[in-house]
Amino acid sequence: MPCGLFYERYEKDESIFPTVWLRFWMIALGVFLLTFPFFAQPLSDALGINLLNLFNLFFIYIVGAHGLNLLTGYTGQISLGHGAFMGVGAYTAGILANLGWPFWLALPFAGLMTAAVGMIFGIPSLRLKGLYLAIATMAAQFILDYAMRNWEALTGGSSGLAVPAASIGGFEFDDDFKFYFLGLAFAAGATMYLKNITRTRPGRAFVAVRDRYLSAEVIGVNLFKYRIMSFGISSFMVGIAGGLWAYYITIISDEHFTIWLSVQYLAMIIVGGMGSVLGSIYGVIFMVTLPEVLLIPAETLTEIWPDIFGIFASLREMIFGIIVIAFLIFEPDGLAARWHTIRAYWKLWPFSY
Amino acid sequence: MPAQGPAVAQAPTDDKASQPLLEVDDIHLRFGGLNALSGVSFNVQKGDIQAIIGPNGAGKTCILNCICRFYHPHRGRIVFNGQDISKVPTHKVAELGIARSFQNIELFRGMTVLGNIKLGHHVHMSAGFLSGGFYFGKARREEMRVRKEIEERIIDLLEIEAIRKQVVGTLPYGLQKRVELARALAMEPNILLLDEPMAGMNLEETEDMARFILDINDEWGVTVVLIEHDMGVVMDISDNVVVLDFGTKIAQGTPAEVSKNPHVIEAYLGSDDAAHSKLGL
Repeated sequence: MPCGLFYERYEKDESIFPTVWLRFWMIALGVFLLTFPFFAQPLSDALGINLLNLFNLFFIYIVGAHGLNLLTGYTGQISLGHGAFMGVGAYTAGILANLGWPFWLALPFAGLMTAAVGMIFGIPSLRLKGLYLAIATMAAQFILDYAMRNWEALTGGSSGLAVPAASIGGFEFDDDFKFYFLGLAFAAGATMYLKNITRTRPGRAFVAVRDRYLSAEVIGVNLFKYRIMSFGISSFMVGIAGGLWAYYITIISDEHFTIWLSVQYLAMIIVGGMGSVLGSIYGVIFMVTLPEVLLIPAETLTEIWPDIFGIFASLREMIFGIIVIAFLIFEPDGLAARWHTIRAYWKLWPFSY
Repeated sequence: MPAQGPAVAQAPTDDKASQPLLEVDDIHLRFGGLNALSGVSFNVQKGDIQAIIGPNGAGKTCILNCICRFYHPHRGRIVFNGQDISKVPTHKVAELGIARSFQNIELFRGMTVLGNIKLGHHVHMSAGFLSGGFYFGKARREEMRVRKEIEERIIDLLEIEAIRKQVVGTLPYGLQKRVELARALAMEPNILLLDEPMAGMNLEETEDMARFILDINDEWGVTVVLIEHDMGVVMDISDNVVVLDFGTKIAQGTPAEVSKNPHVIEAYLGSDDAAHSKLGL
């Protein structure tokens, strides 16, 4: 049994997976994620949930939640506009795809477009903080929401916009199985990006802006640049998530990108853990899975008592709310912190004192 | 790290008299009707430990805030290394080689000690939003180089090896003060502005801190501007003392001169006998 970790090189100490076991588990997770679609079908049938669809939603939301976590968790700037920003990404990708742009060009452009929009709406962050910034970004949400609904020539309004499936070099990602690998690649890439940026110079500067902006300025952090860039990068990521969403769902309408989505994004990072890379992943898994899981008892009980579905549908929202509130009270640092506590406990087990 | 900066590498003794490193020239600062500073001027010579003392509210921290460009004086100018910094934006001051610590600790509480110190090195690093995010080649090498330098020069010097991985918010007060000094050192400063580094410390911690300041001044050749209420420390380690009272300079000189100055004794310490015993003379 190891009694401690004794590194001999700084490289080792700075690496993300310093021990053999951690690396083993990460490889195991990678292998599992890569092979999962091949045995997902029987599992889905057994559980009554379309697991591949669920995982694809995970991947898309992970990209977006990482973006919001960078902005809110790391830089300390709250945003209630990320639902609409995701919509900007989705519509940009959708419109460009309909113009005949290839996937690999339309998606980055959707990200850049959203980054530009996000940076414009991020300008109030130079003066505003906390709740005031939340209100300012909420204005962005409503303005963009209104544009998406009413600018029918561009967005197709409430009747929606059809988007062709993503294709790279003639290969079409047109079903859950194929899209899974695309989504996995983006989710992994976004996770890697966030992890790396938070352990290097720009990420530290973001945290400095969050914790003490005055001393951040004294040590030479340009507050203007980092506040705006935080909005830019964050919006870029959520725009990519929006683009993926458009290519995955293949029909987009404004109904999806309301304030409810913004709140959901915030709930994801709060439940998962703000300022933690793992936090946004846990948060997404929790928030996307929970409604599906709560659907199961409703469906099974319908066979016995046909009316229950209607009652349970509203009950479901309540249970959902209660669980989120319980999280805020009992684990305000999120699932990531809980995970750390559990790991720390087992590290010393059975000699915990 | 200072070995890389040409201004620091020079021996602190050779051109002491020629040009001051920092010139504070006739600074006036007003908050509404209150004159916080009215016409304060003094020079800081390269390689000195310059103390600023004075009763509460004398304007000591105001001077540091003016040098750091938090406050914008209404009149007067501040010249650092021959350059007028009165128009330099706040975040550019760090690049000139001016580092400071704060009276009330202003650390990034959520980060580890190492993270805080690395942040101090911010202006000397170059990784951007892309290269940092992908952590390849240059960004990675830079991280490793900085880590090595910080470990071998700063953490070793300030004897904080044991706490380097701890989150700053969980550390006791005395250690937080030390981490703040470490962060300021990581900025590779030419001049170090310390705002009450010994405040609230016990005797042992105070002595440690005094030793660190002397080490930094001797070995790194960093000029130090020190605001401190602990007269014993000020009289022991400083080369030169400026005394402020109600926003004006009432005396300047070596510790021995200042402590005999009748203005200082009267304005700063009250009556004669008690004053002398307080000054440890």
